[in-house]
Amino acid sequence: MSAELFEKMARSVLDGDSDEAEALAKQAVEMGLDPLECITSGYVVGVNEVGENFACGQAFLPELVMAGEAMKAAVAILEPEMAKRGTARQMYGKVVLATVEGDIHEIGKTLVGTLLSASGFEVIDLGVDVPTTRIIEKAREVNADIVALSALLTTTMVKQGEVIEALEDVGLRGKVKVMVGGAPVTREWVARIGADGYSEDAIGAVKVAKELMGKA
Amino acid sequence: MTKAIKSITNPKLKLKILTQQEVKRLHDATLHIIENVGVRFPSQRALDIWAAHGANVDRESMIVRAKAELIEAALKKAPPVYPLAARDPGQDLFLDGNHVYVGTDGCGVEIIDIHTGQRRISSLKDVGEIARVADATEEVAFHWVALSAQDKPAETRGLHEVRAIWENSTKHVQTESIYNEREARAAVEMAALLVGGVDKLRERPVLSLMQCSAPPLGHDGGSLDAALVAAEYGLPTGFMTMSACMTTGPATLAGTLAVGNAEVIAATALLQLAYPGAPVFYAAAQTASDPRSGAYTGGGPEDFLFGAATNVLSDFYNIPLSMGSFATGAKEPNWQAGIENSLSTFMASIVMSDMLLGVGFLHGSRIWSYAEMMMDAEIFSIIHKVMQGIVVDDETLALEAIAAVGPGGNFLTQKHTRRHMRDLFLPQFMDRRPYNEWEARSDNARDWALDKARKVLAEHQPDPLDPQVSAEMAKIIASLEK
Repeated sequence: MSAELFEKMARSVLDGDSDEAEALAKQAVEMGLDPLECITSGYVVGVNEVGENFACGQAFLPELVMAGEAMKAAVAILEPEMAKRGTARQMYGKVVLATVEGDIHEIGKTLVGTLLSASGFEVIDLGVDVPTTRIIEKAREVNADIVALSALLTTTMVKQGEVIEALEDVGLRGKVKVMVGGAPVTREWVARIGADGYSEDAIGAVKVAKELMGKA
Repeated sequence: MTKAIKSITNPKLKLKILTQQEVKRLHDATLHIIENVGVRFPSQRALDIWAAHGANVDRESMIVRAKAELIEAALKKAPPVYPLAARDPGQDLFLDGNHVYVGTDGCGVEIIDIHTGQRRISSLKDVGEIARVADATEEVAFHWVALSAQDKPAETRGLHEVRAIWENSTKHVQTESIYNEREARAAVEMAALLVGGVDKLRERPVLSLMQCSAPPLGHDGGSLDAALVAAEYGLPTGFMTMSACMTTGPATLAGTLAVGNAEVIAATALLQLAYPGAPVFYAAAQTASDPRSGAYTGGGPEDFLFGAATNVLSDFYNIPLSMGSFATGAKEPNWQAGIENSLSTFMASIVMSDMLLGVGFLHGSRIWSYAEMMMDAEIFSIIHKVMQGIVVDDETLALEAIAAVGPGGNFLTQKHTRRHMRDLFLPQFMDRRPYNEWEARSDNARDWALDKARKVLAEHQPDPLDPQVSAEMAKIIASLEK
């Protein structure tokens, strides 16, 4: 019975069907199934399969994103249940994500957030045009493992360096890894501002984040 | 060196890419989007203007929804034809629908160093040097800021850049890297120094501004404020959509055209509501995202179709177009760069897009290459030649010469040949040498293109900018750095 349901859960992620994923999660809660097992034996199986399809060149980016969204929808239903039972998912780490101050470009940042959270990171997305002080406060508040900063403009890119300096000033730099991204970001820029990692696309960002957590 | 500017004019070739009915459907879809979905204008000033003209303004989300009549009436106020003035009036450009001009692309962050061949972060010196080479290149009609002057403070960088270009070239400057009100006002002051006062700019706009939209269906607040300043002083201003299929636009080409069109015409209408009759242009560089990675592609068949389709839209609105062509996604000047830049530029040229951006970049407008710049210029020259088509008349049919030669002779000694041999295209960077010569030298187009750029950079002396004007410009910039 539950095996069949787990299979449906995996399928809903493969199909990128958030509504179905959510409905199945609700059904599982009503049936009193272990929410953690629903994730690990159901939804994550689907996420992994999409990931494999992507790796061998069959799946396209929208399928990855839709799978991530379906997973997120299911987890939102299952999380309160896990809290009740005192169980929790094993996560890779906490990521505070933002597009830096003065910059409103959203899509790359959001894409990175979706793929990170689908891959098992807890992502706190602060949105766009986020002042350095807010990023620092949030990183401190949630005890972040990674701060991830997006910028599309050459003039706002400098804020990525500013955040790193601010992390140093408040004594957080030793605890927090910083990864950066955005069209103008290059390896040389990363070296110049002393960031820990960067990626030119969202898929690479997941790999970098795992490496920074020592989980690659 | 040459002061001439090469542009495509009076073309013989034509292409029909969209029917009138299809253009109408795109237009109607666009108006539907603006009225029902809305476009985000994150600028108080812009929102106030929309509200004053009766648009539906949501102050919190900063989304504006405007009725079709408001947009259409505003767009009718835009002038269809106007000049882009140059520091040297002999190099003025005419956006009249019968010229295709090419600019340098922008705004990148790295350069393949012309001497060392190493890739490095760009600086102000690069901005000036590229302008100097472009000044001497007849295929380049105007400048964008090719590279970001990353050694200058972010808040005045855009001003250092335009000054460096004016110091090194007499051609028109269009900046795509000024996107806030403060810098825009200073840029207007600087431009005014070249023409003897701000009131002269309307007649002789030696500077124009290009702003990027923030797709889907959004704008940047600073960009809007800067554009409003430019429009106030009669500097030509355009909004560019870079909407990309599958990410910032729908996966379909028609859908992406409609989304980008909504961004561009809504912002263009805003400028007309604020300053009726201000010179405006349509700008676009739509593309398709890579289906696997979502990456910006900088080329491919979708880009070529967008390149031809967008001028049909800007013609429908009766305003000039600045179209993204060239800008290959290739990492070095190679097969991919040749295909992408040739086809994108051909498709945008055959429909007579007014401005094409632009020469010189690799890796999707990120890395400047002087070799690529020179080869892109040659691509434009080839297309320029192709666009002239085949002339059929008594002179070109050459019946006299044919009779004189008769069966079995050759045409090398004919007077007719002397008259017309220089009409034939002579490439600079195509390898037409004997095989063994190529084998012995093992050099190629990239080497020749780079050699040419090196020679120009070493030898070309642009007409100097009046030192007093230059000093005044420096003063304006310094006043913003205090």
